Amino acid sequence: MKMEISESVFQAAEAGESPAKVEVKNLAVYYGKFRALKDINLTVHENRITAIIGPSGCGKSTLLRSFNRMNDLTPGCSMVGEVRLDGENVLLSSMDVVSVRRRVGMVFQRPNPFPKSIFDNVAYGPRLYGIHHKSDLEAIVENSLKASALWNEVKDKLNQSGLSISGGQQQRLCIARALAVEPEVILMDEPASALDPISTLKIEELMQELKKDYTIVIVTHNMQQAARVSDYTAMMMIDDARAGHLIEFDHTNTIFTRPKDKRTEDYVTGRFG
Amino acid sequence: MSLFSELMDRNRVKRARQRKAANAVMLSLTGLLTALALVPLFWIIGYVIIQGGKNINLDFFINLPRPLGISGGGVLSAIEGTLVVTLLAAVFAIPPGVLAAFYAARSPNTPLGVALRFSTDVLAGVPSIVVGLFAYTLLVVPMKHYSGLAGGAALAVLMLPTIIRTTEEMLKLVPASLREASLGLGAPEWKTSLRVLLPAASSGIITGFLLALARAVGETAPLLMTALGNERFDIGQIITSGVQSHLSVFQIIGHIINAPVDSLPLTLWKYAQQPYPERVAQAWAVALVLMLFVLIVNVSARVWIQSRTRRMKG
Amino acid sequence: MRKTFETEIQQLKDEMLLLGSMVEQQILGSVEALKKRDTDASRRVQETDLQVNARRYAIEEQVMIVIATQQPMAHDLRLLASILEVSGELERMGDYAKGIATVSIRMADQPLLKPLIDIPRMAEKGVDMLHRALTAFTIEDVETARSIPAEDDEVDELYIQIYNELMMFVIQDPKTIERANWLLWVAHNLERLADRVSNICERTVFTATGEMKELEQTKIKR
Repeated sequence: MKMEISESVFQAAEAGESPAKVEVKNLAVYYGKFRALKDINLTVHENRITAIIGPSGCGKSTLLRSFNRMNDLTPGCSMVGEVRLDGENVLLSSMDVVSVRRRVGMVFQRPNPFPKSIFDNVAYGPRLYGIHHKSDLEAIVENSLKASALWNEVKDKLNQSGLSISGGQQQRLCIARALAVEPEVILMDEPASALDPISTLKIEELMQELKKDYTIVIVTHNMQQAARVSDYTAMMMIDDARAGHLIEFDHTNTIFTRPKDKRTEDYVTGRFG
Repeated sequence: MSLFSELMDRNRVKRARQRKAANAVMLSLTGLLTALALVPLFWIIGYVIIQGGKNINLDFFINLPRPLGISGGGVLSAIEGTLVVTLLAAVFAIPPGVLAAFYAARSPNTPLGVALRFSTDVLAGVPSIVVGLFAYTLLVVPMKHYSGLAGGAALAVLMLPTIIRTTEEMLKLVPASLREASLGLGAPEWKTSLRVLLPAASSGIITGFLLALARAVGETAPLLMTALGNERFDIGQIITSGVQSHLSVFQIIGHIINAPVDSLPLTLWKYAQQPYPERVAQAWAVALVLMLFVLIVNVSARVWIQSRTRRMKG
Repeated sequence: MRKTFETEIQQLKDEMLLLGSMVEQQILGSVEALKKRDTDASRRVQETDLQVNARRYAIEEQVMIVIATQQPMAHDLRLLASILEVSGELERMGDYAKGIATVSIRMADQPLLKPLIDIPRMAEKGVDMLHRALTAFTIEDVETARSIPAEDDEVDELYIQIYNELMMFVIQDPKTIERANWLLWVAHNLERLADRVSNICERTVFTATGEMKELEQTKIKR
């Protein structure tokens, strides 16, 4: 008796999908007249890590910064289409940018703690939103530093400058700072690219912990990292008009073992370019 | 062996010797020129110390000027006057200066930003006596009397370009990532400027202010036309009489700034011109005091900045 | 791009073909030695099996090194996983040849029940299938790979024939049971050989398409 294994063993279980947290529909981003991103359609699932990969200059960061309206800071930038956070389109000018940025936090490529004490760095966010009571702030700071796996290393030196700790610790401080305002989505723009391998692995482990409570979107040029860390991967590429677009979006396992698009295959096997 | 190594190998010893000689020449030349540049500085300082030191005593600092022939006269009025005028100048110059610098740093290409930077450059080149005339026309004439207020205003105008320029440069040095981090947390622009950018640039801003102050303290011309000089200016006396007359704090302050005030450069100029040797000697002493004043301001500023920087860097 | 990587992959494929042809020689050689009652040749087959094993482990080690140092993804990853599988299959086929040689030595002092015709035919057919399957694997010829397993029918029929013949012998003369057993065992090895060839074909399809599917080993639906 021969059993027919009709389904490929590498197909991820469709039943494990969580609800959509952010839905991007027909997003295009322009810098003046130049179209930097076109026709982006994807779904970011709740409590999952979604990675955005692709060659340099294909618009990964631009896409990421559309989620929290950070593109507004670039003069001449306009966004067309929808980025729906829990159903509401954050790109509408009627949307309160401050509340969007509280719900969608960001961690940057180079650690950028404020030149203030560690405590003040983490407490900056809560203070912005009117929390001034000392014991409240202390509790929030402790929880955030614990959530970013930094508490044990800095609990005795909260008054020291945020710049006095190592690069990997600074990045975790920035993560704690972002967590202090209790976002729902955390955007990470190449969070470990400026760090040594051990700090990188610590950050990756941290991401796995964080995804239990948050939704994470990460841009990375390190394919192995995307493969290690993410549940879904979006493959972007640049077309002849230098507009970035999405060529494939799927479960990470599929993208790295059986990608559907040849360009994705070429990129992940290192034969691109 | 490659071509480069071959060429390098030839005349190795001779070239080494040549290099050493050239080094020595350049080094000694540099040293010589540096020493040359320092000569005027040390000469002036030395001379002032010698000449002024002869006449410095405690009375000099705590007493009002006394008529010739009576010993124990001092320049208290000038010292107090200088303090009042420079304090006023700071109050007038810092807020608009810093705010203007913030604007120029953020939006350098808007019409207002361009105009700002252009005006700053122009203002920096305006002769101080012209500024004095400006303050005279605008403040002294309508008020119908000379005052420390007008003096402060004139000095403020002189300090403004330096403050704006330095603050702007310092703000530009603050990494853009800090601003992004703050905005990413949901902070509005103004809070970001106030709570992140300002503190980050603060040591630079203070430096700018102190540089401007050091210049302003020594200005005589604008004060001629605004503060005039007042040998009977005595803050202690104004305060006590004001308290006795049950005047409010504001009124007392008003008295202080509304009167003509003395100042150190003014006093120096006055005394140096007088035919009495005692006065000339006192002029030297004033010069010493002025120098010390500037020195103390600079040194304490640097010390303060150093301690803050050390604290911030951890 | 990735010249080093491509070279390493090509080397591995070449090693596979080499291992394959060694195994082919072993199979044919062991059957030939049995037919010709050449115990020396049989012993040589047994000794050569050590080299077969050594080559298989060398291939495995090289695959591990490539995986660790080149971070293969997608197609490259599937190919390397398949090379591991296929080299294992080849090594087991080598063991079949060794088994046949062992039988040949054990039967050395006894006459064969009959001149061997069908057994060599099975061996030739199996080796031919193996050769084409391996070639298809290295050049990733999916069409050929899909078509080879069905030829297993021929081998199965030969096996049934041999089985029936040997049964006749035993029924007629029970004293032949030992030799019949041994010969049946040889035939069984050759039948298993053909089955393993199908696995190699499945791996070829997997490498090229990502589908892991069992291929029909018979033209006839039973």
